[in-house]
Amino acid sequence: MPLLEIKNLKVEFVAGQSGLRAVDDVSLTIEAGETLCVVGESGCGKSVTALSIAKLLPSPPARYVGGEIRLNGTDVLQMNSRELQQIRGGVVSYVFQEPGASLNPVIRVGRQIKEALQLHRPEAATDDEVVRLLQLVGIPAPETRAQDYPHQLSGGMQQRVMLAMALAPQPKLLVADEPTTALDVTIQAQILELLRDLKQRLGMSILLITLNLGLIGDIADRVAVMYAGQIIELAPARSLLKRPMHPYTRALVNSVPKLAGGAQRLTTIRGSVPRLDAMPSGCRFAPRCPIARPECSTGAPVLAEAEAKHHVRCPYWNEQPALRPQSLEIPA
Amino acid sequence: MWTRLLNRLFWSVVTLLTTAVLVFLLINVVPGDVAHVIAGPKASPEVLQQIRERYHLDEPVWKRLGYYLAQLAHGDLGHSFVTEEPVAQAILRRLPVTAALAATAVVMWMLIAMPLGVLTAKHRGSWFDRGVLVAATVSLSLPSFWLARMLQYWFSYKLGWFPVAGVRGFTSLLLPATTLAILFIGYYARLIHSNMVEVLDSPYVRAARAKGAAETTVLFKHALPNAVIPVITILGLDVAVLLGGVLFTENVFALPGLGKLAVESVFNLDVPMIMGAVLVSATAVVTVNLVVDLLYRWVDPRIKDAY
Repeated sequence: MPLLEIKNLKVEFVAGQSGLRAVDDVSLTIEAGETLCVVGESGCGKSVTALSIAKLLPSPPARYVGGEIRLNGTDVLQMNSRELQQIRGGVVSYVFQEPGASLNPVIRVGRQIKEALQLHRPEAATDDEVVRLLQLVGIPAPETRAQDYPHQLSGGMQQRVMLAMALAPQPKLLVADEPTTALDVTIQAQILELLRDLKQRLGMSILLITLNLGLIGDIADRVAVMYAGQIIELAPARSLLKRPMHPYTRALVNSVPKLAGGAQRLTTIRGSVPRLDAMPSGCRFAPRCPIARPECSTGAPVLAEAEAKHHVRCPYWNEQPALRPQSLEIPA
Repeated sequence: MWTRLLNRLFWSVVTLLTTAVLVFLLINVVPGDVAHVIAGPKASPEVLQQIRERYHLDEPVWKRLGYYLAQLAHGDLGHSFVTEEPVAQAILRRLPVTAALAATAVVMWMLIAMPLGVLTAKHRGSWFDRGVLVAATVSLSLPSFWLARMLQYWFSYKLGWFPVAGVRGFTSLLLPATTLAILFIGYYARLIHSNMVEVLDSPYVRAARAKGAAETTVLFKHALPNAVIPVITILGLDVAVLLGGVLFTENVFALPGLGKLAVESVFNLDVPMIMGAVLVSATAVVTVNLVVDLLYRWVDPRIKDAY
C-alpha cells in the first residue's frame, strides 16, 4: 500500500453560482521514502493538490467535488476535524513558500517548534529536543536562536526553522510547496541540499512543488507535470528529463536557459495558461501546442502509459521532432 | 531607548504647557464676570472690588497667565474660587472614581468585543456575523445620556438590581461601566473583526493549522494576538479620553468623578478648577500615549528592534 494515494481528485472554488475547477481528476501516489516533484506554472493546481492532502484549503470557497485522498489507507476527505488535527503535522507536514510570513511574528521560534512537539510528541516536548531539531536543520548556535523572534532571522534561517517545525513530529510525508522560491540562489541550493540530506537520514517521503525544472534532476525520484488542473505527464525523473514526451513538458524543458552553448534568445511558450472559467473543451494545451491538430480541440486526451512507468496525456507525443540534446543535466 | 524616553518626556511637558496656555486664554474669552459668580448677584461693589483684587481679576490677561504659570511651576494648581478647596485635593478625590469607572468599562467591553470579533471573523457572512454587525452599528450610534437614563430606569429603579446613583461601593460602578461598555463594544468588535479577517488569511495561520493545532488555539493563540496589536493605539486614545472624565455618564449616575467636576466648574466659571480638570485630561492623554508606546514594545517584538 502506498503512503499516499490520490484518486481522481476534483477540487472547485465557489464563484457565484458555479464552481471553478482548479484540480480536475488528479491521481497520483507516493511510496514510503519516495520523492515526488510536482512541476507546473502558477495556477496549474499544484498547490491546491498539495494543500488538499491535509484538507487545508479554506472551505468555502474550496469544495471537494470528487475523488479520494488515501493517507496510510484512510480517506482524508472523510475525516472529522479531530482526525485531521492528528494527521496534520503528525503524518503530513508542510513547508511553505514564504518562510517569513509563515512563522508567527509574535512567538519565539523555539516556542513555535515546541508547539509542534506538544501536539504530536508530547513526551519529547523539551527545550533539548528543540535545540536538537534546530541543529538537525543546520542552524548555528541553536540555544540562542531558539529565543529569537522570526524577524530576527534571515530568510534561509527562517526556512530552516520551518523545516525543523515540520520535522518535529516525525511525519511520514513532507510537503514542500516551493520552499526556495522566495530565497536567493545560493540559499536555495543550501536548502535543497538540506532537504536531500534529511530525506536520506530520516527516510520520509517528500512531495516537492516547484516551478524550477532544474531542481528535479537533483532530488526527485518521480515527476508529475501539471497543466491547467490536470497531470499531463508522470514519469521517473530520469526518464522525464531524458525524454520529455508531452509538448508542454518539452516546451518547459526547452525554456530552461543553458549555461553552455553560447547566448541565445530565451525560449518561451507562446500564449498563456487558459483561465479556469474558459477551459478549452478538448486538450487543454491545444491552443498553445506546436503540434496541435483539429482533433485536439474536440476529444480530451487521457493520461496513458507510453513507456514503462512513463505516462503522458497526448496521443501524438511520438510525432514531434527530436528535442535539442542536452537541454538539462541528467543525473548519472 | 533612554534618549528616546527623555525626548518623549520633554515633548510631553511642551504639550501640557501649550494646553495650559491655550485653555487659560480661552476661558478668558468666555463672557461673564467671575467676581459676580463668586460673590452672588446681590454683592456690593466693594466686595466685588475686593474679590477682583484678591484674584487679580482686574489685571490684563497676560499678567494673570503669568501668575498662573508661576504658580504651576511651584506645583500648585491653586484653590477653587467657589469652595476654596485646593484644586489638587479636589481632583485627587475624584480621580479614583473616574479611573475605576474607566477600568471597569474597558475590561468589560474588551472581554466581550474580543470573542465577538474573533468569532464573527471566523464565521464571516453568517447570520451571526450579520446580527453582530447590526447590533454593533446600533450600539455605537446610541446617545450616551439616553442609554444611561434607560439603564438607570430599568435596572435600578424598576428592577432595583443596582444603586440608582452615587457611590456605594463597586456595585455603583457596574451600571455606569455597562453604559460605557455598550457604547464601545460594537466599535471594538468590528475593529477586531476586520483585523482578524486579515490575519486569518495570513500564511502563519495556515501554517498553524498545518501543524495540527486545534481551531480555538489557531484563533486565540496564533491569530488574536496579531489582530489586537493595531487595536492598542485606538484603545489608548479612548482610555485617555475616559480618564479625562466621563461627562454624561457621571452626571446621570451622580458619580463624583472628574467629568462631573469639570461640568460643575464650567457652570461656576471656577477658573482654577477648570484649568485643573483640563490639565488632568491632557496629562492622561500624554501618559497613556507613552504607556501605549511601551506596551507596543512588549506585544510586538518587531518594534523592540526598530529603536
